[in-house]
Amino acid sequence: MKLRINNINKSFRNDSGIVPALSNVSLEAKEGEFVCLVGPSGCGKSSLLNLVAGLEVPDSGSIDVQGKTGLMFQEPTLFPWLKVKDNVAFGLKVAKKDDTKIDEVVDYFLKLVHLKGFEEAYPHELSGGMKQRVALARTLIMKPDVLLMDEPFAALDAQTREIMYRELQEIWRLTKKNIVFVTHNVREAVVLGDRVAVFTARPGSIKKVFKVDLPRPRDIGDLEVIKISNEINKELKEEVEKVIKEMETHEV
Amino acid sequence: MKFNKASKQILFFLFLLFVWWLVYKLRIWPVWLFPSPLNVFNTLVKGFASKKFLIGIAISLKRIFLGFGISLLLGTTLGFVIAKIKWLREATEPFILGLQTLPSICWLPLALLWFGLNETAIIFVVIMGTILSITISVKGAVMNVTPALLNVGRMLGAKGIDLYKQVIFPAILPSYVTGIKHGWSFAWRSLMSGEMLFISAGLGQLLMMGRELNDMSQVMAVMIVIILIGVLFEQFVFGNIERGLRRKWGV
Repeated sequence: MKLRINNINKSFRNDSGIVPALSNVSLEAKEGEFVCLVGPSGCGKSSLLNLVAGLEVPDSGSIDVQGKTGLMFQEPTLFPWLKVKDNVAFGLKVAKKDDTKIDEVVDYFLKLVHLKGFEEAYPHELSGGMKQRVALARTLIMKPDVLLMDEPFAALDAQTREIMYRELQEIWRLTKKNIVFVTHNVREAVVLGDRVAVFTARPGSIKKVFKVDLPRPRDIGDLEVIKISNEINKELKEEVEKVIKEMETHEV
Repeated sequence: MKFNKASKQILFFLFLLFVWWLVYKLRIWPVWLFPSPLNVFNTLVKGFASKKFLIGIAISLKRIFLGFGISLLLGTTLGFVIAKIKWLREATEPFILGLQTLPSICWLPLALLWFGLNETAIIFVVIMGTILSITISVKGAVMNVTPALLNVGRMLGAKGIDLYKQVIFPAILPSYVTGIKHGWSFAWRSLMSGEMLFISAGLGQLLMMGRELNDMSQVMAVMIVIILIGVLFEQFVFGNIERGLRRKWGV
């Protein structure tokens, strides 16, 4: 097991008191497995990633990660003052690695995310998809054993997103990383994941895990992908309705 | 007919000169109270030829570099410390905002009593007029760095001093330069008021000397020099750095 999440509980404090975010969440991921988490918004799936990344501490339960984690966010959050190549090299420079070595590795990862030729560009000169690729290269260069992705394609347009699905599947095949991918887009989860875990409404817990046994590379329009997505959607719909109902009662 | 920005500005400047010359020609005021543009230009040329103005500029610039340099160092440090330590920030906030509203020249009596009629007193006034504006802008800029950027920095291994060097400082650089620009203009104003009240060479004193000698040409010539130095630093030096950074940062 590369990643083992054991009975996690986590709550947050806000103005109106303590809000439970995650309740008894357990999940395991095998070496090299691609796991997607889907759920209604606010169900705590992003919190789970932050916990795995070590940015937050669970109230109870334990998380075992074999090796390092790397976290990618919805916003690319590049360093605007650094060129593409220096953004990618950031982690290695902080770690004071040898310069010629850094250039070599940066070159490799820029090729991997198809950004060769953009080394000297600044972030504000790039499109949304390109920025997200820089962010991916910048995370991958740290050689994380488990890559955590928090809705990384949510802000992209549909065409760019489809290209990113293909590229991410290819990168995953080449690097054999463990990936935990959070999204609210079910089709995206089915295209990418070996397994898709459906979260309940808040406090989030895992309702059901679907296995996606389809050949790769998959495409968002594949019939089998649509079929499995529909099944997952049925499961998810109940939870989304719960959230809507809760919001309505709050308004009353 | 279409004019570009520079030609509009030059035309307006020529128009001003013309109005000035016209008022002079109408002889509303005596010449010693209202000199012609040419009189003032001649005084400028004479002032520079006799090195009188150059010495004044040199003395004033030396003071401002010293006072502003010390303010920059202390103000920046204080800004980072206050941004970092919450209780200190909350405790000092009203004092800093209060002191910042005090016109810097109000420090002069205190400075004269503490330090006497010397350079230290005038540099003290410059520092007091500048330091808090820099502190406030550094504090604001540091607090405004998006938490996401800090998270990314930490995730990529930048901790402690590295996080400041590699993330926070570059992130605030454009607003820092804006803060420095404002700080410089505070310093320049403080220095001029200090030099005028307290006779000790420098441009402010040349200005007052013009008054005492009833030499309006000198008063106006020195005012022009003060304006030009202000424009040189605010618009050309700091303004250009600021614009360059903003372009590169894409903000």
